[in-house]
Amino acid sequence: MDVRPNIGTPGRRRYKVQMNDSPDNRPAIEFHHVSYRVNGDGNAGRELLHDLNLEVQSGETLILLGRSGSGKTTTLKLINHLLTPSSGEILVEARSTSEWDVIRLRRRIGYVIQEVGLLPHFTVERNIGLVPKIENWPADRIQARVLELLQLVGLDAEIASRYPRELSGGQRQRVGVARALAADPPILLMDEPFGALDLITRAELQHEFLELQKSLRKTVVFVTHDLREALLLGTRIALMEAGRLVTVHTPEEFLNSAEPLAAAYREAFGTALKI
Amino acid sequence: MNVWQFMLQNHAEVLELTVEHLKLVGISTLLAVLVGIPLGILITRWPSLNKPVLGGANIIQTIPSLALFGFLLPAPWIGARADRLAILALTLYALLPLIRNTYAGIQGVDRAIVEAGRGMGMTDRQLLFQVELPVALGVIIAGVRVATVISVGLATIAAAIGAGGLGEYIFRGLAMVNNQVILAGAIPAAAMALLADVSLGWLEKRLSPR
Repeated sequence: MDVRPNIGTPGRRRYKVQMNDSPDNRPAIEFHHVSYRVNGDGNAGRELLHDLNLEVQSGETLILLGRSGSGKTTTLKLINHLLTPSSGEILVEARSTSEWDVIRLRRRIGYVIQEVGLLPHFTVERNIGLVPKIENWPADRIQARVLELLQLVGLDAEIASRYPRELSGGQRQRVGVARALAADPPILLMDEPFGALDLITRAELQHEFLELQKSLRKTVVFVTHDLREALLLGTRIALMEAGRLVTVHTPEEFLNSAEPLAAAYREAFGTALKI
Repeated sequence: MNVWQFMLQNHAEVLELTVEHLKLVGISTLLAVLVGIPLGILITRWPSLNKPVLGGANIIQTIPSLALFGFLLPAPWIGARADRLAILALTLYALLPLIRNTYAGIQGVDRAIVEAGRGMGMTDRQLLFQVELPVALGVIIAGVRVATVISVGLATIAAAIGAGGLGEYIFRGLAMVNNQVILAGAIPAAAMALLADVSLGWLEKRLSPR
């Protein structure tokens, strides 16, 4: 049992540990009373996230659904400690993000963002091999891994020597996914990864993602504002609004939910959902 | 006698002064690069130093060059030789474009790229050397280019304190009211500035990620 004594500030909440606890049935990610304000602690500053309690089970795809400013991206960035919570704590693999060595933590978490964030001066090969390289893998192993990943995300091996600017939007996003998977991290964070793509390419990538996830079984936290995408990809959907978690539903529950906001989403996407 | 004949006749002296000029510009630009780029990086890491550093460099820039040469004269060791003094003054002038461009170049790196790099677990050092500096390189070279071109022009004034260089001809020509002599200094200096501008411009283009 990897449970560290909480040395932190007095009065901070400790999580309960059940006796039958094993790493496998512990949630991969847990939020305990997490709030986040811009400008650090205290009551100054705008609160972007308020008292979030949420668990992400290992191997599931949890969708954070909400409009812009609802706190979904903030939630995501708290997981890989790009942001530090103002109060509460986040446990990744049962250890608080404040106790993790932040570099180690991030290298165990794949990160895909909407703008992709490929390095413009690196070839596709170097972009995908970035984390293996900074983890000091030998060159031949990196190369083999890059080829394997290109195939996995449905890209030609020839593309390896190209620069990001020479790729289409869909190809770039595939490279982004390949890069996030490079060091085989157990957790993937995806921030509207398919948001900037045209509808056809988006649908293609969504289905490829489903196929991939069937075999990889990563723990995925996926941010989107698109209900269709949420219903298609999600194991569960966490609905967020104005920095608060409204409800967590499975896709089936979501379609029948009496929750007014869920109903509003169904209404907004009404015609699109009646297929 | 036109200026070309004059230069041909005095080619040994023209060459000597050109080399002196190059030395003044080369050494001062190199020193400014060695100081300015790290300072530019520093103020991206400690934003509170941003104002004092850029402000300081700005103030230096507003001091008239002749006055700056004069201010530095009493300095020990530096003031003892005119070329040292000229190099120091030119270095100080070159700092602003270098600090500013390094800072602006790094700040201008697409936030998504930096965030993606950080999110993937790159250390600060790795981010700086593998992402920020390479992406900002074009802008930084542009700063070196501006600094060099300014230095070539300013270095002519160094002749006023006896530091040599092509300014010798310009001041001599002014004293003699002889345009040919002025041009014998001005033309090589202008050529040098153009050459620096074109070659560094080419480098800047090559090193900018498209």
